[in-house]
Amino acid sequence: MSNTALNTSVLIQATALNRYYGDYQAVSDFNLTLNKGEILGLLGPNGAGKSTTIQMLTGNISPSSGEVFINGISLIEQPESAKSTIGYLPEQPPVYRDMTVSEYLIYCAALRSISKPQRKNMLAEASERCGLQDVHNKLIGNLSKGFQQRVGIAQAILHKPKVVILDEPTVGLDPIQINQIRQLIRELGEDHAVILSTHILPEVQAVCDRVQIINRGETVFSDSFDKLADRQSTSEVIVSFANDVDVSLLNELSGVEKVEALTSQPNQSRYQISYQGNNDTADIFQLAVKQDWNLLELSPQTETLEQIFMNLIHSESASKLESELNQESAAKKPEARDE
Amino acid sequence: MNNILTVAITEFKRMFNSPFAWSVLAILQFILAMMFLTRVDEFVASYQQQIATVENSPGATFFIVSPIYLWAGIIMLAVMPILTMRSFAEERMNQTLTLLRSSPLSSAQIVLGKYLGILLFVTLFVAMLGLMPLAISLGTEIDWGMVATSSLGLFLLLASFAAAGIFLSSLTSQPVIAAVSSFGLLMFLVVLYLSGSSQSNSSELFIYLSHFSHFETFVRGVIDTSDVLYYLLFIVGFLVLTVRKLDNDRLLG
Repeated sequence: MSNTALNTSVLIQATALNRYYGDYQAVSDFNLTLNKGEILGLLGPNGAGKSTTIQMLTGNISPSSGEVFINGISLIEQPESAKSTIGYLPEQPPVYRDMTVSEYLIYCAALRSISKPQRKNMLAEASERCGLQDVHNKLIGNLSKGFQQRVGIAQAILHKPKVVILDEPTVGLDPIQINQIRQLIRELGEDHAVILSTHILPEVQAVCDRVQIINRGETVFSDSFDKLADRQSTSEVIVSFANDVDVSLLNELSGVEKVEALTSQPNQSRYQISYQGNNDTADIFQLAVKQDWNLLELSPQTETLEQIFMNLIHSESASKLESELNQESAAKKPEARDE
Repeated sequence: MNNILTVAITEFKRMFNSPFAWSVLAILQFILAMMFLTRVDEFVASYQQQIATVENSPGATFFIVSPIYLWAGIIMLAVMPILTMRSFAEERMNQTLTLLRSSPLSSAQIVLGKYLGILLFVTLFVAMLGLMPLAISLGTEIDWGMVATSSLGLFLLLASFAAAGIFLSSLTSQPVIAAVSSFGLLMFLVVLYLSGSSQSNSSELFIYLSHFSHFETFVRGVIDTSDVLYYLLFIVGFLVLTVRKLDNDRLLG
């Protein structure tokens, strides 16, 4: 506990985490410091090592090397007391289908050594936050996937843990619920440290303060979300006009790198405009008005997660390519590492 | 300790949430009661007259109650693997083991909790079996000491089945494989007993290793500390292996 006295706000500290499955290295040199009041988005393509990382942070598997401190307590040396401050929702909500919602949540509270009189209050609070009041006495097995997911979330926040770790919490929920859960995560972020693993980029944009992107077990990006947007080398806008346009005028706009014709129908012309760096679409609009082109569509292309990954991974690998190649040929690692 | 009890009681309750435990108990009770009835009939029809004239002869307990306890042990060879397969294999398959793993519980607490849950079921079963001698105690004199040792023996026998079953359940994520392999292990020990006591090549060692040879002394009304010790070692051994397996999952899994 001496560590907590020194810096009270650091709730998760992971240093140099490595994890091997046999010869295969699933996670390499993962570092993380998360303070109270921060929400971290953990992103990565399938098989990047997100789940392995999360399992190491929750004590479900041990790292091959490295250390994890939860609220200043070593997860490896004192797993029981460290785990009591974690709330964890795995990919698959760990619910017993043959129990009712309230039975299950009371059991979860008891497992975390919550005293009997407090359990009822916590149950009421968590089920209100997750919208479970109406299904208290139903068997979990009879609930829909969305409700089971909510029970899983309720289980994770039930005992008011300092650290909440959610692995894809909004899977299977309807849009209204997704909003409620995001709201809930934001609320949790105020006085907890939250780690959110997800595939959905808008979700990270909506709730996270920081992003950490993992690819092939290595952290390729770790900073605030704005910085991630800045790093994009290009951005794209799709425009279409009712009248014929002079492409060279579009090309002359500041920052425009490339203008590509998408369709060439007689009464409509559609172009994709690639920008260097961040774009300012007001230019296009003004130009269209001045030239009387009748602007029909102007839609900035939001980049998909895949594109961001590709960009990041591409820029990372360009700088690292040489050293990596050397390493790989020296270690003679197998080439196919899709997972 | 509180955590262990929490897990144990919830495990026990969960068995009764589905028709599973109810049907197992009902069917077992029905079959054993039928056997019991046959023994009572037989006793009244033939043995009673034969032993009436013999001085210091074994009584109703020996003829009626002891065989029922032996049969209960034999039937549970097939039933216990079905009870224990749920404990880890089914949780792994449904991916619910994460709940216990991420709770502030050590592997030993998880294993003991689950094991105690099954022991509660075993206790209930042995208690229900005890109703049968109670029923005929209205009409005849029962040797309660012998019933007590038989109950203790049956409890220890079933507890050893459960420990072996829990270990095999922790090795796999397929409940059926867990059940079949536990049944295989338990039957193997029975085969050891049969081959050890065969007339052509009997083996003291084989007889000692099988759990039924130790159960017999209890049914005869004898509590032998070496038999009690055998069961305790058997139970502790398999539970330690299970704890090790769970710890290993964290390192390797």
